[in-house]
Amino acid sequence: MTQPSFLDLIGSGPDGWGPALAAGAMMTILIALAGYAIGMVFGALGAWAKIAGGPVARGIAGTYTTVLRGIPDLLVIYLFYFGGSTVISAFGHLFGASGFISFPGFLAGALAVGVTSGAQQTEVFRGAYKAVHAGELEAAIACGMPPFLRFRRIIAPLTLRYALPGMGNVWQIVLKESALVSITGVVELLRQSQIGAGSTGRPFDFYFIAAMIYLAISTLSGALLQFSEKRFTRGVRRG
Amino acid sequence: MDFVFFYETFITLISAIPTTLQLAATSVALGTVLALGLALCRLSGIAPLDWFARAYIFVFRGTPLLVQIFLIYYGLSQFRGVRRSMFWFILRDPYWCAIIALMLCTAAYSAEIIRGGLLSVPHGQVEAGRACGMSRFLVFRRIVMPLAIRQSLPAYSNEIISMVKATSLASIITIMEVTGVAAKLISETYRAIEVFIVAGAIYLAINFLLTRIVVLIEYRLSPHLRQAPSLQPVAAGEMK
Repeated sequence: MTQPSFLDLIGSGPDGWGPALAAGAMMTILIALAGYAIGMVFGALGAWAKIAGGPVARGIAGTYTTVLRGIPDLLVIYLFYFGGSTVISAFGHLFGASGFISFPGFLAGALAVGVTSGAQQTEVFRGAYKAVHAGELEAAIACGMPPFLRFRRIIAPLTLRYALPGMGNVWQIVLKESALVSITGVVELLRQSQIGAGSTGRPFDFYFIAAMIYLAISTLSGALLQFSEKRFTRGVRRG
Repeated sequence: MDFVFFYETFITLISAIPTTLQLAATSVALGTVLALGLALCRLSGIAPLDWFARAYIFVFRGTPLLVQIFLIYYGLSQFRGVRRSMFWFILRDPYWCAIIALMLCTAAYSAEIIRGGLLSVPHGQVEAGRACGMSRFLVFRRIVMPLAIRQSLPAYSNEIISMVKATSLASIITIMEVTGVAAKLISETYRAIEVFIVAGAIYLAINFLLTRIVVLIEYRLSPHLRQAPSLQPVAAGEMK
């Protein structure tokens, strides 16, 4: 039997893993997007607590960012995956279910990625808020805007503008972190490549193509981010 | 709260700390050398070297570290030539594969940090060195390098910390460092939260110590930013 060539392997022919890999890549993007969205929420809450919170809220937010930036992401994924299963099983026992109920890997992964990226996002948002000119806020107050309108019309758009480069960095980190979710058994790009490598005995080919797909996703999204940065800072005079 | 379990977990995990530290220290040390080479390639002005370094940095920063580890540990064994080569005793060992992958990855990130540091050295300093008759190498060794190191230390401490965190990925290729042992404990006891707290505390302690050390080095290296020690005022009459 002849070995299928590299192109056969990644194509959509009888030996091809192309469709499976494409589905895996979609899953990777989904996990990354879900994790990123959760991270945005955590980041916004964290930044809000750090900027406007009382001593307790600031303490909690400070601990959150310090801890989550100081421990490995893999450990957090283990915590959510196995810890989530433990908690769910305990709840299950309360309602009469027996045995071990496993926590869905996608949810555990997205939550773990979200919580870790939220810590980075907190600092991004906080730094961006600091960059908003105090005069703009004063002008809004002088116009008689109530706090929520001020937030919606002045603070949020300006903060987002300054936060965009940092948010782009966090997105790239999240995308790469999503590879760790493969340990929970979610069939994303890396897990799919592992499966392919295992059943064809061609690990190099599969991990190589996985690396190239990751590279393509991060390059494309990087270009997209750069474009949006350009668009959202078009009102800013340069130099 | 089951303090006995916490204590036992702590004792078990402590035995894995040296592996984590070894992985981090070896890969950061080797990676720094490689990064310096890459940064010099970027700044050399020689197009092929510049493009090689650019491509290297692009690829290693754009792909997940776990994929790089798999590519080196599982991927390379696909080739008969690698299995028969003299390097096979290194490449079949998960420990060395992890170090190679971590080293290659950190080199890509550190190269940009070092490049930034080298670029930040004011041109006048280099000119002054040249005017004193120093050779290009001597200028690099005595002027550019020390200034660049001082400049890039804060960014470098971030990189060291992310490397300590990245060593946890070595557990996926069977190395029993802190995360590996923690995962084993979790699957044996199903007490993820307790094990997580202990393991997380260990990583936090390591990273806290590392940041302190780097801050200390930074303090030692930047006396020019500190206030000069105040001299005792001396009355004019006491001057001899």
